[in-house]
Amino acid sequence: MNGIHDMGGMHGFGAVERRRDEVLFPEAWQGRVCALAGYAMGAGLANIDAFRHAIERMPADRYLADGYYGRWLYALETLVRERLEGESVPERPEHVGSVAREVDREPRLAVGDAVRTWNRHPEGHTRLPGYARNRRGTVADVHPACVYPDTNADGRGESPEYLYTVGFESRELWGEEAEAGATVYIDLFEPYLEKLA
Amino acid sequence: MTIDSPEIRTEAIEALLVEKGLVQSAAVDALVERYEQDIGPLRGARVVAEAWTDPAFRARLLEDGMPAIRELGFGDNTDSHVARLVVKENTDSVHNLVVCTLCSCYPWAVLGLPPAWYKSPAYRSRAVREPRRLLAELGLDLPPEVEVRVWDSSAEVRYMVLPQRPPDTDGLDVEELTGLVSRDSMIGVERP
Repeated sequence: MNGIHDMGGMHGFGAVERRRDEVLFPEAWQGRVCALAGYAMGAGLANIDAFRHAIERMPADRYLADGYYGRWLYALETLVRERLEGESVPERPEHVGSVAREVDREPRLAVGDAVRTWNRHPEGHTRLPGYARNRRGTVADVHPACVYPDTNADGRGESPEYLYTVGFESRELWGEEAEAGATVYIDLFEPYLEKLA
Repeated sequence: MTIDSPEIRTEAIEALLVEKGLVQSAAVDALVERYEQDIGPLRGARVVAEAWTDPAFRARLLEDGMPAIRELGFGDNTDSHVARLVVKENTDSVHNLVVCTLCSCYPWAVLGLPPAWYKSPAYRSRAVREPRRLLAELGLDLPPEVEVRVWDSSAEVRYMVLPQRPPDTDGLDVEELTGLVSRDSMIGVERP
């Protein structure tokens, strides 16, 4: 979805402020939310893609105002409200480990292939950042097939797809004023990619 | 409409998850303690020091990160859904930088939980569009002939940077070298 979470390339957020004396959880509730989310997902409240999508569905002002663990808390509240009504208790997920999956087909693309990303604006969850839509790149790495977040986030199933690392020249992404000598690599699922001749 | 404080909301959600049998408060206590005390960037620093001193380990690490860190006893279930750990090596001609523009994906298994600046809108928005300018602001001026590679962790592959070994460290052992490796150098925003 075209949401506030899709921040790559945006202007207006100022300088990056690094603190040397940072503590992991400045407030105790943040640590609890971090652990609660992990256990609740593990117990089947939602998969990680649905959790990320619940964060993305936050109102934009709240997304910016609530901070990182505040967003996790908001997402937990959303998922509990949507899924833990009445007496129902979720089933524990089949897989608790890696999102990599065996599939009985070969990857459609290979290292060195020229590709173009699709130009879609789904309302649901996707892992193709907006700044890399409809852009030409080159396959740099082929990974195992993995759970496809676009379908897994909203209950349409895991439908595993091969995952690739695709390199994009800075100028292809940011135009004439792009910084020279920079390449952005993004991990993208097979359906996002069209092979160019 | 007023919104309750995050403390009150967290207590409420924890009570509900406990009541439904999804979590146990003692386990939450233990995990928070583990994040705070056991899982942190010291693991990554040790991995880097091993790679600096053992060429065969370095080769295995660059080939496939997760099996290599397991050799050192790391890579437990802190982020078990991750499909691969990929380690990118800085050289005289290539500098690597890790970001996640869509959320804040991070190599928990080697670096622990991400620092606040890594999760900030400023870093997430700028690292992919103007990495050189951003690095310069953070004190790392890269000469134009050094290529910048930015890794936007958009799926369940996690990235760690293997920084270059500092000069004049030939006599140091693994433990001493580990002490030289900062967390931020393994994300790519500084050098050891």
